[in-house]
Amino acid sequence: MATTAEPTTAVTQPKMVNLTIEGRPVSVPEGTSILEAGKRAGVLIPHYCYHPGLSIAGNCRMCLVDVEKAPKLAPACATAAAEGQVVHIYTEKALEARKGVLEMLLINHPLDCPICDKSGECELQDFTYQEGPAESRLRDPKRFNPIEDFGGDVLYTTNRCILCTRCVRFMDEIAQDTVLNVTERGDRALIGKFEGKDLTHAWAGNVIDLCPVGALLSKDSLNKARSWELDHAPSICPGCSQGCNISIDTRDNMVIRLRPRPNENVNKYFMCDTGRLDYRWINRQDRVEVPLMRRGESLAAADWDVAIPATAALLDGRRVFVAASPNLSNETLYLLAQLIRANGGTGAFTVPTGPEAPLPGVPDLSLRADRAANGDGAALLGFRRTTGLLDGLTAGDVLVVADADAASITPAQLALAAAVIVIGTTLPENLRTAAIVLPIANYAEEDGTFTNLRGRVQRFSQAKAAPGMARPSWWVVGDVLAALGKGNAYYLASEVFAAMAADVSAFAGMTYDALGMRGLVVSGGAQ
Amino acid sequence: MGYPHPSHAGETPVLSQYFGDQDGIGLDGWRKRGGYDGLQKALSMSPGEIVDVVKASGLRGRGGAGFPTGIKWSFMKIGDGKPHYLCCNADESEPGTFKDREIMRWTPHALVEGCAIGAYAIGAETAYIYIRGEFTEPLIRMRQAVREAYDAGIIGRNAMGTGKRIDVVIHKGAGAYICGEETAMMNSIEGRRGNPRIKPPFPAVSGVFAQPTTINNVETLAAVPHIIMRGADWYKGMSLSSPKSTGSKLFSVCGNIAKPGNYEVTMGFSFRDFLYDLCGGPLPGRKFKAVVPGGISVPIQTMEEAEATKMDYEGFIEQGSMLGSGGVIVFDDQQNMVKQIARAARFFAHESCAQCTQCREGTAWTTKIMERIRDGEGTHEDLDTLFSIADNMTGKTICVLSDSCAVPVVSGINKFRSEFEALIKKPKFHAVTAAVA
Amino acid sequence: MTAVTHDHDAPYQPVFVGDRRKELDALFPLYPTKMACILPALWMVQEDRGWISDEGMAEVADVLELTPAYVKGVVTFYTMYNTHPVGKYLIQVCTTTPCNICGAEDVVGAFLEHTGCGELGITSADGRFTVIEVECLGACGFATPVMINEGFVESVTAARVPEIVAGLK
Repeated sequence: MATTAEPTTAVTQPKMVNLTIEGRPVSVPEGTSILEAGKRAGVLIPHYCYHPGLSIAGNCRMCLVDVEKAPKLAPACATAAAEGQVVHIYTEKALEARKGVLEMLLINHPLDCPICDKSGECELQDFTYQEGPAESRLRDPKRFNPIEDFGGDVLYTTNRCILCTRCVRFMDEIAQDTVLNVTERGDRALIGKFEGKDLTHAWAGNVIDLCPVGALLSKDSLNKARSWELDHAPSICPGCSQGCNISIDTRDNMVIRLRPRPNENVNKYFMCDTGRLDYRWINRQDRVEVPLMRRGESLAAADWDVAIPATAALLDGRRVFVAASPNLSNETLYLLAQLIRANGGTGAFTVPTGPEAPLPGVPDLSLRADRAANGDGAALLGFRRTTGLLDGLTAGDVLVVADADAASITPAQLALAAAVIVIGTTLPENLRTAAIVLPIANYAEEDGTFTNLRGRVQRFSQAKAAPGMARPSWWVVGDVLAALGKGNAYYLASEVFAAMAADVSAFAGMTYDALGMRGLVVSGGAQ
Repeated sequence: MGYPHPSHAGETPVLSQYFGDQDGIGLDGWRKRGGYDGLQKALSMSPGEIVDVVKASGLRGRGGAGFPTGIKWSFMKIGDGKPHYLCCNADESEPGTFKDREIMRWTPHALVEGCAIGAYAIGAETAYIYIRGEFTEPLIRMRQAVREAYDAGIIGRNAMGTGKRIDVVIHKGAGAYICGEETAMMNSIEGRRGNPRIKPPFPAVSGVFAQPTTINNVETLAAVPHIIMRGADWYKGMSLSSPKSTGSKLFSVCGNIAKPGNYEVTMGFSFRDFLYDLCGGPLPGRKFKAVVPGGISVPIQTMEEAEATKMDYEGFIEQGSMLGSGGVIVFDDQQNMVKQIARAARFFAHESCAQCTQCREGTAWTTKIMERIRDGEGTHEDLDTLFSIADNMTGKTICVLSDSCAVPVVSGINKFRSEFEALIKKPKFHAVTAAVA
Repeated sequence: MTAVTHDHDAPYQPVFVGDRRKELDALFPLYPTKMACILPALWMVQEDRGWISDEGMAEVADVLELTPAYVKGVVTFYTMYNTHPVGKYLIQVCTTTPCNICGAEDVVGAFLEHTGCGELGITSADGRFTVIEVECLGACGFATPVMINEGFVESVTAARVPEIVAGLK
């Protein structure tokens, strides 16, 4: 007798297998490698060629582990976890084998650590310290090959290469532009390219991060700093609306480089070269470092406790026109929107655009046409996207230029405004007629959030100190609102965020804790 | 027959019966010699029946691995809706082995027939014969034979009028020993660098072009028509020894011996008789010193071991080596074992595909040390290092080229240590001494 | 032994035109992918031009819809493809262990002397000869085998070398 099955709303669970790794029981979906199962169990099995974003090569042989009842050591990256498996990582047999691999890797590897950029963040160093040989048994000359310029930002130091082929696989599978190959055979093998076809792909710089050793280096950051001198702050790339997760690496309050940070939902493990190499503006020295107030023909430095009330006085009872930068945080834009609401008026922003450059091997990842980090956040918070920045500026408005690109602003437009207040990181030439200039931190000098093109709200953290008396942007706007009696002053970005989440339905329920390192999508999805 | 020498009574010429016979090369001559009777019979059987016969015969892969052929064929699921492929491994590059070239240049149709039966048995419509690029004459003969077979309707869309499709494609290699490894060969056919693949997946599940594939050696496939025509029991009965080794085997004999050539004997033949009688013994005034019985990748045998060996899979293992590909390399007392082992290491270093760390670096490192010892600059420490490198190169890589490099080194030092010691003057490497010297 | 003298300084002429193109096109139905035709295509370039230059690799890449870097990776893996111009006669002597114990090195020496090359890998002044050592040619019982371009000569001894070289015009 046939019965009709009830349609189920249950999510189909993958079949799980249970195994033990170094005495720790762990349960993983069928098909998971022992290496990934190890991560789940909290154990890092040494490896080089394996990368979760690339196909499995299994050539470095570094991940050899001892599986009970198996006749040979198993490469953990290429061996599936099986029900009842008992895996040992630190048996003498496995340790000897991995020590042998390290010895072989170091045979032709120049002991360049004192002059190699990778030193301090080099996986060959790390695992050699952990389980490698103490001395070299090589009594013969090492193989030598000259350094090669691969084009783009990439330098190839052939001698250091361990032929893990991560770079070749990345260009082939993820960038889908097969410009790198392995040439020759045996110990003559090296990574190569074709004469005239360089590594100029928009995402090629990722091979530098992927390289476990100092073979592929960034020309841009060559010899600039030792890795252990660097501080790292988790942040978001401000280059476009994709919102790739990055790490801002600084030394002595200067940004040395940007590197991608993994986010499964946004950029996987990668960032594009445009974003990667565009950090020098964060270090620019021509910053406004003190509040400035007009005294006759010129601007004179003033204390905050003078400039803030003066700003409030200028704004009191007047409509405002806020020309905002699409790179301001959600928090700052929210407070500016409050100002607009309190005083009446309007807010606008322009977004510079450029050609798109997708990364074909990752779904929905591209250098976006919108070359700003928070255009979507600005739109969500009520700002109008426009091509003419000051279109709609009415005579008598107080013009607040909130760090927007002022290049298009004309004296005639400025003359329309009752007063010009600049809340910014720099003071452009054509805004020197402003009444008040309030110096703010740039995004790398404060905490905050951006909303990317898919409506994902992501946190960024302060990476360096702001110069002089500059303060976080949301702090300054909050003080102005408080001085106007139209809002609160804030001392933590998280508090501004909480106020925004309570007030703006798109952010309802979000907190900094909930956003964590992954972010959350606004309710209602992307605009 | 012991081509190029006259047949010896002790031989069992099955595959080699027509070596040296010019008239057997073309289709007409081959048909007069019973050619394609096997294919005709096979096409009237079901694939399953053919697999059963081959299983029962005990035929084992003749390329070196010795895997039972019938069982290998049974891994292919007929009717799974996927294109199946047969790949014939004619990349013969194992030093000491030169039997497949003889099969191809004297009896090319035997291989075409074997491939056709094999393809049909595993549900494949296409057989690729991967012939190494250096095999000029076999390539010419095989291409000619395939053309003749197509023209005569023996293979093609309507093989022998049965309506079954069998295509045979000759694929020429370009100089890479590693492409004799089955997964590397598949990569090479696909148009890639000849890198061996990690297993699993196994070829029968995902092989060439990611489809179910069986790979067989030339000698293995050439035996199949005989087994079809004369039966599994005939093939089994040909062995003088254990039931695990059946049929006849072509042994390629080379080096310092009176009558180098290919000799076909039944499994279980006495190695002593083989070397001294069939192959004519050592050259005048010389004595045998060492034998490598199965291609350069198997352990070297002392003459004591060799003279006690029964020539089958188990027999060679009992006497400190392996049957491997059956390439017998004979060294006499004029040879310098250290020099030859160094040269063997150099071979492996040249052929390493460069994927695995231990092989890429280990083969080259081993070569450097061996050559230094050969040139009188070695130390006792070097011998310990060689053993250690060999251990690291064994059982830890994607394929066994790495293991193969270690084998002659380890067996050589173990069994001919005095030759190494004679060349070593220093206990340890001393950097200052070397710089000053 | 027929061989063609190639003018290695002349600008690269495409190989896959006319009959050669037809020959390549005839291979496509034999494999599920175009990439599988890379070894035969490279052989055609080498047969027609004597070696495989960057332009040759780029042309193969073009007709098979691959990248030049990919093709180069394949070319440099397989030792029979010449990536530099060679003499009219490329003399390849096997010196692996089975031939080594049968006097292969003497054969090499004899070829170096009688061709006037003097050194392995360099082309003789008259452009006729390049002598190289190769690994096992699979004719171990016929020591020492020597390949001269695509031609295969068995059982070469040092004594036979002068006669062989004399025959290579």
